[in-house]
Amino acid sequence: MAEGDEPMVVNGGSGDQCDWDGRWDHVTKFLERPGPFTHPDFEPSTEALQFLLDTCKILVIGAGGLGCELLKDLALSGFRHIHVVDMDTIDVSNLNRQFLFRPKDVGRPKADVAADFINIRVPGCCVVPHFTKIQDFDEAFYRQFHIIVCGLDSIIARRWMNGMLMSLLVYEDGNLDPSSIIPLIDGGTEGFKGNARVILPGMTACIDCTLELYPPQINFPMCTIASMPRLPEHCVEYVRVLLWPKEKPFGDGVGLDGDDPEHIQWVFVKSQERAAEYSITGVTYRLTQGVVKRIIPAVASTNAVIAACCATEVFKIASSAYIPLNNYLVFNDVDGLYTCTFEAERKENCSACSQVPQDLQFPSCAKLQEVLDYLTESPSLQMKSPAITATLEGKNRTLYLQTVVSIEERTRQNLSKTLKELGLSDGQELAVADVTTPQTVLFKLHLSS
Amino acid sequence: MAATKTSKEQKYDRQLRLWGDHGQESLENAHVCLINATATGTEILKNLVLPGIGAFTIVDGHKVSGEDVGNNFFLSNNSIGKNRAQSATELLQELNTDVSGNFVEEAPDKLLDNDPEFFHRFSLVVGVQLPESTCLRLGAVLWNASVPFLVCRTYGLTGYMRLVVREHTVVESHPDNMLEDLRLDQPFPELKKHIESYDLDNMEKKDHSHTPWIIVIAKHLEKWRSEHDSQLPKNYKEKEAFRELLRQGILKKDNGVPEDEENFDEAIKNVNTALNPTKISSAVKDLFNGEQCNNITAQTPSFWVIARAVREFVREEGRGCLPVRGTIPDMIADSQKFIKLQNIYREKAMQDAAVVSKHVESLLQSVGKPTESIAEQEIKLFCKNAAFLRVVRCRSLAEEYSAETFNRDEITSCMDNPDSEMVLYLLLRSIDRFYQQHSRYPGVYNYQVEDDISKLKVCVNSLLQEYGLSVSVKDDYVHEFCRCGAAEPHTVAAFLGGSAAQEVIKVITRQFVPFNNTFIYNAMAQTSATLQL
Repeated sequence: MAEGDEPMVVNGGSGDQCDWDGRWDHVTKFLERPGPFTHPDFEPSTEALQFLLDTCKILVIGAGGLGCELLKDLALSGFRHIHVVDMDTIDVSNLNRQFLFRPKDVGRPKADVAADFINIRVPGCCVVPHFTKIQDFDEAFYRQFHIIVCGLDSIIARRWMNGMLMSLLVYEDGNLDPSSIIPLIDGGTEGFKGNARVILPGMTACIDCTLELYPPQINFPMCTIASMPRLPEHCVEYVRVLLWPKEKPFGDGVGLDGDDPEHIQWVFVKSQERAAEYSITGVTYRLTQGVVKRIIPAVASTNAVIAACCATEVFKIASSAYIPLNNYLVFNDVDGLYTCTFEAERKENCSACSQVPQDLQFPSCAKLQEVLDYLTESPSLQMKSPAITATLEGKNRTLYLQTVVSIEERTRQNLSKTLKELGLSDGQELAVADVTTPQTVLFKLHLSS
Repeated sequence: MAATKTSKEQKYDRQLRLWGDHGQESLENAHVCLINATATGTEILKNLVLPGIGAFTIVDGHKVSGEDVGNNFFLSNNSIGKNRAQSATELLQELNTDVSGNFVEEAPDKLLDNDPEFFHRFSLVVGVQLPESTCLRLGAVLWNASVPFLVCRTYGLTGYMRLVVREHTVVESHPDNMLEDLRLDQPFPELKKHIESYDLDNMEKKDHSHTPWIIVIAKHLEKWRSEHDSQLPKNYKEKEAFRELLRQGILKKDNGVPEDEENFDEAIKNVNTALNPTKISSAVKDLFNGEQCNNITAQTPSFWVIARAVREFVREEGRGCLPVRGTIPDMIADSQKFIKLQNIYREKAMQDAAVVSKHVESLLQSVGKPTESIAEQEIKLFCKNAAFLRVVRCRSLAEEYSAETFNRDEITSCMDNPDSEMVLYLLLRSIDRFYQQHSRYPGVYNYQVEDDISKLKVCVNSLLQEYGLSVSVKDDYVHEFCRCGAAEPHTVAAFLGGSAAQEVIKVITRQFVPFNNTFIYNAMAQTSATLQL
């Protein structure tokens, strides 16, 4: 680089050649040179960079703690065609780590602000924002991407995404068509812990294969909340779950909004009263908000590490420069720094990726409620609010559906009926829909007398 | 309690839940120095500026190159040719207006020549992509001034961190899994009296089922001890028998079927850990037997004064035990019983802490310091965390590099596996030699790669020879370290950025435990290792 050279004029926008001397030097060494650790498919070339810059399309899910980091990492690794999806708007509490946002951006959609920032800071990068839920898009949308990276904060959303990519898989004569596989890189963090994983749908362990790795959320038992509080958290839950619906402090039908400081203040004061009744100490505003919003502590550093791992994998897969992670990494820096890398195994009868029909075994005198409980409580299924339908007498009948009030009311009575009473027979198929998957899951019902 | 939160409290809420207001205060009073605003450097700073470090100063004599802008989020292409320290400071400063950003447009070697004491003002110095000679010079200055030094480097798909701190004490280590401090093996008088106030055999079902499992175990333990020569259940067989004893204690319905008593289920589950003898870990014992504890002077840091006080407590009033921690886990129980039991432990903890305070007082008096020099709150915090105290002492760089004191054992044992992360360390040391010899790094330009492989191999061999190491370094790694041409890929820099920043925060807040002393990240395999060199 000769000194005194004028930097090249930069044209914003997609496709324009706005590079300057040496811009991609840190990247091209891995694309243009042979090496001892490259993927068997790797062929050094000068076109590889062009593929990243011009052709490769990446989807980033989430523009929060991980998402901001991912966008930066990808943009500085040569990826230009990036879409980002996030349904949230910016909150003040995001600013300690979601570095694409500033105080003036509070209230604006994360996807929009993130995309703007990256597109300006990294000339030539073209991030397209989508201020929507992932469920608002269909197969046609997802099919256009080479690789999808998730920086989500919800297991349900992860499973949905996982299920969507499964639904894109094409099988011919029982053989998986590799061109229908879209790699999914998934990252998650919590305080000082995090994990990153590479999922090749239909080939490697998917989100549902390892569902048991996610511990179920602990809710306090109702009797503790109602009559035997011992911890400050119990006092807050009492107010949230029992007192608020009773006293309706902000009007009829006004639900508790964890983001409304007035709501939290009310809960805080009431929690303190409850605590005083039982001589419990420790109720603070911070604790109150933490319980109501189920706040998970978060820092910039952990998100930086996990997103970096994920972005490295995106680069490896897009370029074949190295063999990708196979397939799960765990990180923890509470005491020194600890990583553990292992191969999560596929579950033979995984409800999301195995193609194996799911079995349900019940006595014919079992009530539908028991089936519902199994679907929600089984550690391998962990459904949230499953809707069960079956074909009876040639017609598609909804046996129970929770998410639409009128249908719930109409079908609620079925829960106390036995499977026999409902007209179900041995070997019958039940179709179950749930937020955890974009496709209905088919179950084969095995009835014993 | 304030109803409205300041905007800083709101902004930092998610991290305050990790290190508390006092941790945040330490962070905001800190001033960190970064040497070299490369991608690795700015990524580290980003993760310190966002959580609100008090101030940073970038020391960098380089001008911004096109290459720099390509992998660095905090340099823009209109700063090419300009001073790198200044350009990076501007874009980092913009992240958080609470933070004070400064820069010095000077190479660190120049500062070491002219004004080495420049570095004494910092809470910690982070040196990034430093040539070996600069690193060692700086290391010596900072070691003598007792300023913590964190060396970081991104080299191709290898990340490297080295922490150099003479002695770092940690009270709040926040261990992930901690054993409770219940004293069931030797209940203190107030606890004993409280246990006696229960009569399990003559309780209403409601009370019986809502008696804390601690009491349940304590009561049955009395029974066991009276039948076993005052001994605790020691092995699996005895613990199993004790569990059976507990099962028998469950109320039965009229037809003999046991009632549903969750508190008893909890008691049974906790037999494994609750009956372990109360003892002090060897790590904490070592701490008490250390030199700092033995020689208390007017200069002794408060950590060691309190440690000495606790040691004396252990030997006297504590009868071999640490001050009672004072916390109990949640358990099935009615509010009253639980709160009462919790208060028994809490009050004992306060009592013990007060005794420790007395010891602290007399220690301070004996060296002519006022009692106020160590706050009550600090003593209480120390006592609460007495079982988890940690001390990190890192060897100096001089010790690591000297042929007399380098850690031969660590290197040779790791290299039993030729793909261990240690090989990456050896290659990093080798490319430093290459730089010394050739004034450049290997394989920067395409035409150099082939020839540099054999040149680098020479460096590897001379390194091994100088240290008398008979380990074999695979050719593949020599090749890779030429192939990567000293590139600093952003994703590897970002990984280090997060890792290093958190270690800096640990040192500054004195919470959580820093690594000791070398961390290597292999982005090719996505593995890492901590080595003590």
